[in-house]
Amino acid sequence: MDFLRPASWEEALAAKAEHPTAVPIAGGTDVMVEINFDHRRPEYLLDLNRVGDLYEWEVGEESVRLGASVPYTRIMENLRAELPGLALASHTVASPQIRNRGGVGGNLGTASPAGDAHPALLAAGAEVEAESVRGTRLIPIDDFYTGVKRNALAPDELIRAVHVKKADGPQQYSKVGTRNAMVIAVCAFGLALHPQTRTVRTGIGSAAPTPVRARIAEDFLNAALDEGGFWDNGKIITPSVAKQFADLCAAACNPIDDVRGTASYRRHAVGVMARRTLTWTWESYRGTTQQKGSVA
Amino acid sequence: MRVNFTVNGRPQEADDVWEGESLLYVLRERLGLPGSKNACEQGECGSCTVRLDGVPVCSCLVAAGQVEGREVVTVEGLAEYAKERACGTSCGTSLDEAKRWAAKGHDSQTGEGTELSPVQQAFIDAGAVQCGFCTPGLLVAADEMLEHNPNPTDADIREALSGNLCRCTGYEKIMDAVRLAAARQGEAV
Repeated sequence: MDFLRPASWEEALAAKAEHPTAVPIAGGTDVMVEINFDHRRPEYLLDLNRVGDLYEWEVGEESVRLGASVPYTRIMENLRAELPGLALASHTVASPQIRNRGGVGGNLGTASPAGDAHPALLAAGAEVEAESVRGTRLIPIDDFYTGVKRNALAPDELIRAVHVKKADGPQQYSKVGTRNAMVIAVCAFGLALHPQTRTVRTGIGSAAPTPVRARIAEDFLNAALDEGGFWDNGKIITPSVAKQFADLCAAACNPIDDVRGTASYRRHAVGVMARRTLTWTWESYRGTTQQKGSVA
Repeated sequence: MRVNFTVNGRPQEADDVWEGESLLYVLRERLGLPGSKNACEQGECGSCTVRLDGVPVCSCLVAAGQVEGREVVTVEGLAEYAKERACGTSCGTSLDEAKRWAAKGHDSQTGEGTELSPVQQAFIDAGAVQCGFCTPGLLVAADEMLEHNPNPTDADIREALSGNLCRCTGYEKIMDAVRLAAARQGEAV
């Protein structure tokens, strides 16, 4: 094994181009487990800890450009207003020790269906900034996850940052596990209201081979909210609409039975989380619109 | 490969380090500092918790090569680290001192023993040490929390220690110990 220590992003890209099999390591919270347990013996480890740019973030007009290695702790502390869904998801990651090391870049690189950040990224709307010596491209989050622990990165590409749309409405995140800390999600659900476009986006974790959106549920809810004039009148969402949304979210899952839970439990739990997060976000939306006095 | 880094305030050099080796292995097997415990090797238990550039991390998940040029504090250096923080001096703990370090503590009756960090003393006084395996990780995590949150609520303590498992299930006494350390810290100021 060789340990590559690029001192800059350019050096890191050059190293990845020269050694496409090199495994990038930043927080190490996934990679080191595999090495410790002898599940993986990469020819090259590509250490990204020295690349300072990866630990920075910029808050822009429309979105936040979040460096791939910004630890979850920093996201929780600094980006709660701009990225509430991702901040909530970050808080559910493992423990303080893990959150001090791990970041969204690693979650995307590993692309586990159980990665905690994915539902929040899917719900908020995000693009992954992938770069190689050949150039930079932005991969829409909807196209990023290609299979179980597979993503759209080319062998010579590294994740530089993720561009996450700033919240224009309430966002929520929910995760099922046996306790609060140190759990891999049995399943997880992210929901974001986008009042500017009058749309709702979802993200489901750990209930399909990849993180997925519940698109049919989104379409149904978008139409129901529109037809009922809900965005304007700020009324409570009718229980039948919430139930239908929950059922469609459950139907969007394609889960398996495993040690953490059964497929039917996961489907059921995703439905419950969909209904709850819809209620929470909608109550919050109604609260803010009523404060502004825009509700008759 | 060779790794140069600072351990408990003193520069150290580890040789013949395998590229896939963890910081935990380097500390225990190459530098002879077995205070950080090796249990799960997957970041679940927190018994290997150390400070890396001041930040609590699981040393089993840090690749040895990643600590090149950086600063690590282990439980063996915690008493000195806490002392320096309190009085503002900086002398560090040598490898020999760190290896010889043992948790003798003050006997609450006779006052005998070596100096401990306030959080270590509180763990002894509160009876928060049972088998002792999780204790080093808990001490490092608790000390770091008290450094930036001198008046923690119970929820703060639970959150700060949520990554440290005690399989003797002695959590109530551990909570008592951290509350005691916080209270004593408050009295000292």
